[in-house]
Amino acid sequence: MTEQITSKSAAAIDRAKAEGRAALIGYLPAGYPDVQSSIDAGIAMARNGADLIEIGIPYSDPVMDGSVIQAATTEAIANGFRVASVFDVVAGITAATDAAVLVMTYWNPVMRMGVDEFSRRLAEAGGAGLITPDLIPDEAAEWFAASDKYGLDRVFLVAPSSTPERLAMTVKASRGFVYAVSIMGVTGTRASVSSSAEKVVADTHAAGAERVCVGLGVSNANHVREIAAYADGVIVGTALVAAIRDGGVGAVAQLTKNLSAGLGRAAAQNTTQA
Amino acid sequence: MVDAPTANSEENAADAFLHGGGSLRNATGPYFGSYGGRWMPESLIAALDEVQDTFEKAKADPEFLAQLKDLNKNYSGRPSLLTEAKRFSEHAGGARIFLKREDLNHTGSHKINNVLGQALLAKRMGKTRVIAETGAGQHGVASATAAALLGLECVVYMGAEDCRRQALNVARMQLLGATVVPVTNGSQTLKDAINDALRDWVSNVDTTHYLLGTAAGAHPFPAMVRFFHEVIGDEARVQILEQTGKLPDAVCACIGGGSNAIGLFHSFLDDASVKIYGFEAGGEGVETGRHAAAITLGRPGVLHGARSYLMQDEDGQTIESHSISAGLDYPSVGPEHSYLADIGRVTYEPITDTEAMDAFRLLCRTEGIIPAIESSHALAGAIKVGHRLTEGKENPGDTTIIVNLSGRGDKDVETAAAWFDMLDEDGNVKGTTLSTRKPKGPTERATGEASATSDEAIPAEAEAAGKDQN
Repeated sequence: MTEQITSKSAAAIDRAKAEGRAALIGYLPAGYPDVQSSIDAGIAMARNGADLIEIGIPYSDPVMDGSVIQAATTEAIANGFRVASVFDVVAGITAATDAAVLVMTYWNPVMRMGVDEFSRRLAEAGGAGLITPDLIPDEAAEWFAASDKYGLDRVFLVAPSSTPERLAMTVKASRGFVYAVSIMGVTGTRASVSSSAEKVVADTHAAGAERVCVGLGVSNANHVREIAAYADGVIVGTALVAAIRDGGVGAVAQLTKNLSAGLGRAAAQNTTQA
Repeated sequence: MVDAPTANSEENAADAFLHGGGSLRNATGPYFGSYGGRWMPESLIAALDEVQDTFEKAKADPEFLAQLKDLNKNYSGRPSLLTEAKRFSEHAGGARIFLKREDLNHTGSHKINNVLGQALLAKRMGKTRVIAETGAGQHGVASATAAALLGLECVVYMGAEDCRRQALNVARMQLLGATVVPVTNGSQTLKDAINDALRDWVSNVDTTHYLLGTAAGAHPFPAMVRFFHEVIGDEARVQILEQTGKLPDAVCACIGGGSNAIGLFHSFLDDASVKIYGFEAGGEGVETGRHAAAITLGRPGVLHGARSYLMQDEDGQTIESHSISAGLDYPSVGPEHSYLADIGRVTYEPITDTEAMDAFRLLCRTEGIIPAIESSHALAGAIKVGHRLTEGKENPGDTTIIVNLSGRGDKDVETAAAWFDMLDEDGNVKGTTLSTRKPKGPTERATGEASATSDEAIPAEAEAAGKDQN
């Protein structure tokens, strides 16, 4: 195949960039508290300033997640969530919005369904690609083949501990953007954004990445503003999960709106209107 | 160079390979056939590289090897004995059964071999803190022991439910200076304790080494943990040759994660004449779904960093395992075992709770040895293998079998007393006022007070013993 794959995630980030700002990426787990709510919440994020939507697959052993996301995904599984429902969530959001919708998943559920089959169904649902917290490029041969075949983005993670060699390798392996982990730790809200984040982003750019987005510990508009100054996108997870837990879809919409203010979008819109 | 046999090949692939001069003994990882690898967050890759690098250098360093040998001899009490179980053998078709006495090691199981090795590596890496997971508490106790010996801070993750059930081991770890963290996430079992240990590791990797307790997980853990347990098989091979003048016909071990087993098997993998058996926890019977027989009934998947046989549902969610033995209660298995199963070099079979407990009682009464319930799975398997190998033979005593008695059963007294109906309805041993029940109540009590349970409970008299997670 000689046809160039068009990355939906890259396009969404580039649209934000054209507006002179970083992109906002909002995470919520599929099936929490139920499948329809996660579709509604995804749409609410997209309509209130999120450029990309990250939908997590609830998994029994989420080693990169802190207690808030663990509690939500454990509840989703207890409520009967099935992995194939994630395609309904992706399709529901992409049908209603222009946001790029990625799936964040630990690898075993993908492996169990079959990497090719999973990829085919994700592409069919209109998904942009996968974020893979426990899959490193070293183990990703099947995923390379399937993501090329179905035109999906491969978002791998880099961390403050990544060596220059691994940064270069991971940047080369990724498509769409590279997910920079801001801190050595797991998901969860933190009082401040780690100072290591800016260095990881700079190093990842230096390793050749066009688009680097920062996640872990980002929970309010100030964090967003801080990161938007040096990264191409800002990823918020735990704070949104806490919002849907405590206030439902309405709270997700409100928080997304607040977060996007940190990107400078409100100012841009005012200018347009004026 | 002989190419290794590939996974999913014919039943006799391993035999043909060995007869062709191949060696299975020293597989270095990261892959064992299609198993193993590093299915891990990028954040931990640098730490895994550091462990691997330190381990490779240490393995080639006479000073490190001498240090380890000295600790094994003068601290653990190695070499452990190889004891012929003559009266027990009568129940195994007359085959001669030899017990590799890992139960006699300091802390009461094979676990000490691995923790001493890894704690020495932690020192070499300049780490000041070790973390560990534990099911019944035995790897936690061993880790706390090694940490105390070498002056390291130690934090042990343990399912909240296990903390309540094994309050005595919680106290034991605390007496040794360790902090025990009750895990309330997920199913609150061993696998969740591993998850929380990994979360700790990723957050504290600069100061901390994750002292994983079994031959599973991401590379280099499976090969490294095996290396530290190889002493079991190396000793047993010399001892059986001394005692019988020939190699055994079979070797047997129990399999949870599989560390005691791979340590014993290692030395015999290249001896095509030696049959090798691993016995998984069949729980209430593999047909009931309540078991921990990952190889027998699982299918390949990734958990905790390795691709291996895994108990999982149609969605790839991990299924909770069940076994009377906490140490075998793990839904996956070390990747080298998955490979050895596929190529047919090792035969893996399930043993039910009932079969294991029958063998437990038999060993108590024929040999005066109380085995860990984990090891009792290997004993039950050896009885079956003994009958199988001696069937129709004129001199069954020509058949010799080594069983890895991986741990002692003092820790299992309460479980056994309940199983054999030795308790009255108040939980007292019948005819006594000695309660085997642990105090009920919140986890904080079980984990917070070292003295909370140490006065009247029968297991309070027990020594640290046994093992967990195999």
